[in-house]
Amino acid sequence: MIQPLADATQDTINGEQSPLIELTDVSKSFGGVVALEHVDFSVRPGEIHGLVGENGAGKSTLMKIIAGVHASYEGEMRVEGKPVQFRSARDAIAAGIGMVHQELSVVPDLTVAENVFLGVQPVKAGGIIDWSGMKSQARGLIASLGLDLDPNTRVGSLPVGVQQLIELSRVLFSGARTIILDEPTSALSPPEVARLFVALRKLRAEGKGLIFISHFLDDVLEISDRVTVFRNSRRVATEPRASLDKDKIIGHMIGRGSAEMHMGETATLNARRDEPALLTARDIADGRSLNGVSVELKRGEITGMYGFMGSGLVEFARALFGRHGFTRGDITLEGKPAHFRSTAAARKAGLAFVPENRGMMLFRTEPVYKNVSIAMLDRIHKLLLKPQEERAVAKHHIKDLQIRPPLTDIPLGSLSGGNQQKVALAKWLTNMPKILILSEPTRGMDVGAKEDVIRIIKTLRDKGVSILVLSTEPETILTLADKIYVLKRGVVVSEMNAGTVTKSDLLAAA
Amino acid sequence: MSSAPTADKGFNPKQVFADKLRTIAPLLTLVALVVFFSSTTTTFATMDNAVNIIRQMSITGIIAVGLTFVILTAEIDLSVAAVANAVGITVAYFTLQPDYVNIANIPLNGWIAIVLTLLSALAFGLITAFGMTKIGIPSFIMTLAIMQIANGVSALLVRGQIAYIYPDFITTLGSKTAFQIPLGVDEAGKALFIPVGWTIIVCLLFFIVGHFVLTYTRFGRYVYMVGGNREAAEFSGVNVKLIIGSVMVISALCSGIAGMLGVAYFGSAQQNQFDTYLLDAIAAVVVGGTSLFGGKGGIGNTIIGLLVLGVVNNGLDHIQMDSFQKILIRGLILLAALVINVYVEKFRERV
Ligand SMILES: Nc1ncnc2c1ncn2[C@@H]1O[C@H](COP(=O)(O)OP(=O)(O)OP(=O)(O)O)[C@@H](O)[C@H]1O
Ligand SMILES: [Mg+2]
Repeated sequence: MIQPLADATQDTINGEQSPLIELTDVSKSFGGVVALEHVDFSVRPGEIHGLVGENGAGKSTLMKIIAGVHASYEGEMRVEGKPVQFRSARDAIAAGIGMVHQELSVVPDLTVAENVFLGVQPVKAGGIIDWSGMKSQARGLIASLGLDLDPNTRVGSLPVGVQQLIELSRVLFSGARTIILDEPTSALSPPEVARLFVALRKLRAEGKGLIFISHFLDDVLEISDRVTVFRNSRRVATEPRASLDKDKIIGHMIGRGSAEMHMGETATLNARRDEPALLTARDIADGRSLNGVSVELKRGEITGMYGFMGSGLVEFARALFGRHGFTRGDITLEGKPAHFRSTAAARKAGLAFVPENRGMMLFRTEPVYKNVSIAMLDRIHKLLLKPQEERAVAKHHIKDLQIRPPLTDIPLGSLSGGNQQKVALAKWLTNMPKILILSEPTRGMDVGAKEDVIRIIKTLRDKGVSILVLSTEPETILTLADKIYVLKRGVVVSEMNAGTVTKSDLLAAA
Repeated sequence: MSSAPTADKGFNPKQVFADKLRTIAPLLTLVALVVFFSSTTTTFATMDNAVNIIRQMSITGIIAVGLTFVILTAEIDLSVAAVANAVGITVAYFTLQPDYVNIANIPLNGWIAIVLTLLSALAFGLITAFGMTKIGIPSFIMTLAIMQIANGVSALLVRGQIAYIYPDFITTLGSKTAFQIPLGVDEAGKALFIPVGWTIIVCLLFFIVGHFVLTYTRFGRYVYMVGGNREAAEFSGVNVKLIIGSVMVISALCSGIAGMLGVAYFGSAQQNQFDTYLLDAIAAVVVGGTSLFGGKGGIGNTIIGLLVLGVVNNGLDHIQMDSFQKILIRGLILLAALVINVYVEKFRERV
């Protein structure tokens, strides 16, 4: 198996201190699916431990074992030197372990303050909840992540990025000694990530141990002291930051030398200027997030929309798809008015939409094939269901998108995050939509999966589909777009049609 | 649910078990209850009584079919019993009553009466659907209001009186025997039969159609998906409001038909006569294991739930017990079923 790597040097760094978390020879499988095989892993006090690996490599599974979510596994776990066997997440919390899960788990109907203190409300004498104390503390805590919010705001009404920060603050400031962050930055804008990193470094200085999982290798390299790489349920490397670079990590992840796996740093745009517009949105405004957005989408063209969190991307995508009301402006599709009152009407007219949060798009307890077929059932048969045909369709996409494990009948919730994302895309690919709207299409995907998705999107474009990609990740936009709009505070501040665009051009415009 | 054993199915025994538990738990309850009543009384375990239990539950069964659709979408319909009552009274209102019944009514041809009455049931459903999907009133509140309105309609139509006469077709379906099960002869040489009423046949028909729609049609799939994750259904381009509106209309129609058969079954149409049916129908659906959170369960579960309830109601009559205690025991059984329902949901989420 894998040699013990740089671990041997650890004692010289941290002296007599025992690791906060130490797992030895841990294995875990779900029914027939192996998720972890003989994994060793440790976190020391005062360290940020980066964890990377392709979709389905087993990262989240290992973290859920540490956090007490999965109670049955093989192998041994020690917390601060003592052997433990958690039976529930509650046990793990009691042992000083906090985790921010990959799937957002804020409670949308509670306020910001209630979410920050979920389950641990400060109490006054007599066990009465100290509401005013709670609110002012919550305001202070989220402010340290750069959020200036009324603690009474209902969380469900906030953008996903802000929700993610609120969830982070709940765990970061809970007093946990070991903090696990499973893809905490996927919905954050660059300035938000920077503020998060400041908070993480402060916690490290306080002697806490942090685990940081991300597909953004630059982020991982920036923040981590050590990095562990997973591949196919196994740990293939654990090395100090100093001895690593991006290529080396990618090499470990995919098991061979890194080919040109880098996402775009620059793009050469090539808008189809003489082509007539397929969809035109003119001056769309809702009086809050959108203040007059105009765009044109064309056949066989990928339109990129870039902006920071809160720039109106999320709302604009929904406005097109009939899910967000607007008070001003109009949309035309092939010259005809297209102000859709429902998502069903939008779908009928040939629009397709993949939202940025897969929980909004998927049915966790239903089998994969039902998740794939939901948007096209009426094309299989107007009245009846044809499960075998649905499975055939699903199988085709599973193969095409390399969804793992390649099974049609397992519940969707048992797929890894990145594979779920692929299923969300698959549902629109059977019957070619006229317009495909993709919000953060590569979020949470590993390099390999990103390449697959990019290839698929470009193939669709070449088949004549008009594609709108909205993203807060410049790389995604630069890799895909033929034409770019930059959105800021609900208006298009820049339109780029031709020539070469760099990441800093985008950042500067936004 | 799914058929065809394909080789590539992922198998997670725990998860499969959690899913089956929803059906296994009520089934075990049913078996336990039957064993209990059979061993403690001599009168319970007879063919005669079995048909009796089924007959007693058949009106509730029709209501429960509609309610299954509603609960699968994670909504609720509290108006079912009141709508049944109002619709049952309506059909009598459109029928010529004997002189001694002092109700100002509008006698019509039987078939016209039936059609008009069905339209009134449809109207209740459409109003509920409109309130929920166009105005945005939660089902709990909306159907509570409809319950009051339907009760008001009942009161206005009969004004405390009792009607006895319905269109012939309704009288037949509600109170007549469809066929007899021969049971041999008694000591005196007289042939014995068990009569099987039309209500049982109608109820079975509702089960079959309900199950078919939920399991084999596109609409049925949407019902499950809307219940499973409403937002995801919407983002997949499913017309969620149409589905929700439809299940409310289905529920009102089922209740209406149950109401028409019910008044014939009771032999009289009067106010507050269906009051116990609301709790029974909800209990049947939930005891059977259909998730209150939507998306899981079905007509099969509802049938088991109806049988559990039927066996409890009927079995308690066969053992010597204070009738007030019976009410309490029914409540406890319902509570136990609810606990299991919620527990199964939690168990599912963990594996
Ligand atoms: N609850 C579950 N039931 C069955 N299989 C599961 C379950 N959770 C995870 N798996 C499987 O275990 C494997 C590892 O999944 P895991 O979620 O740990 O991956 P990951 O490294 O976090 O990937 P990603 O980057 O996509 O989030 C996958 O094959 C996945 O399908
Ligand atoms: Mg994961």
